[in-house]
Amino acid sequence: MRGDFGVQAWTSRLLRGKLLHMPHDHHDHDHPHSLLPPAPALRVKALETILTQKGLLDPAALDEIIDTYENKIGPRNGAHVVAKAWSDPDFAARLHEDADKELSALGYYGRQGEHMVVVENTPETHNMVVCTLCSCYPWPLLGIPPGWYKSDAYRARAVREPRAVLADFGVSLPEQTAVRVWDSTAEVRYLVLPMRPRSTDGWSEEALMDLVTRDSMIGTGLAVQP
Amino acid sequence: MSIPEPVFEAPWHAQLFALTVHLNEAGHFAWPDWAERFSATLKQHGMARDLNGGDDYFTAWLETLEAFLAEVEMADPDAVEQTRAAWERAYLSTEHGKPVTLDATV
Repeated sequence: MRGDFGVQAWTSRLLRGKLLHMPHDHHDHDHPHSLLPPAPALRVKALETILTQKGLLDPAALDEIIDTYENKIGPRNGAHVVAKAWSDPDFAARLHEDADKELSALGYYGRQGEHMVVVENTPETHNMVVCTLCSCYPWPLLGIPPGWYKSDAYRARAVREPRAVLADFGVSLPEQTAVRVWDSTAEVRYLVLPMRPRSTDGWSEEALMDLVTRDSMIGTGLAVQP
Repeated sequence: MSIPEPVFEAPWHAQLFALTVHLNEAGHFAWPDWAERFSATLKQHGMARDLNGGDDYFTAWLETLEAFLAEVEMADPDAVEQTRAAWERAYLSTEHGKPVTLDATV
């Protein structure tokens, strides 16, 4: 479905990459030395070495940043905000008024989430987020953007033909629903508040969170209908 | 169907990302300036072919960071190349399974 965005190619390359890095895949008798990392990896190591030698870099700080984004911060944060907004109309209203204040109170602030705007989907308007500039994305709420968000195909087409892009993601909207595309910048980032699925009255915040996908908060998907 | 997507496709993407975030937070550049430079590199790379958002995205990222560090004289391109070559020799001369360090070349 998402072939246009290279998602399949991306995934299979990723699997292949994984296989290549499996220890049993090394042929020690052919290559007695360590497996040489790809060229850019060595360039990154060189920068790290030089900056560390100059005292401009603390390698432990890098490990901490990586651990944060690999293990601690991800779309569950955004899903929490959405589920809370669905459950608590006062919170939803405050979120529209001053998202930064409410998100800070929940602990979702900092790095690339300083100026957030929450855009709400309604039967009349579906919102979708892109960054045509590079790949600005609300890290504290959604983590690191997926490959397709960073691809030229998505970045170019989201603005030009959003409905076709949505169709590639398997989303078809009623004719009367307008699609509004928000272009993120390094200063302003967006979170889509998807529509609450039907027949979820009385659901706990926790249960609602499971219906909120990452794509539904970018606007390339809808919340899961249970 | 649901193979979880790793946050970073390759370890070096993660290292490069963290390195850049760290330098930003240490005050060496402002993020909007970074975004502007990075966007220019992406645009330039994207003229030849459509970037897939994976390896080629981070290749453009690396090029942007290298150019910036050269410009502000934090990492001289010749020194970077020499250090890269030293790391390559270290990998090629370290027995498989042993930790690779730059000292291995000495």
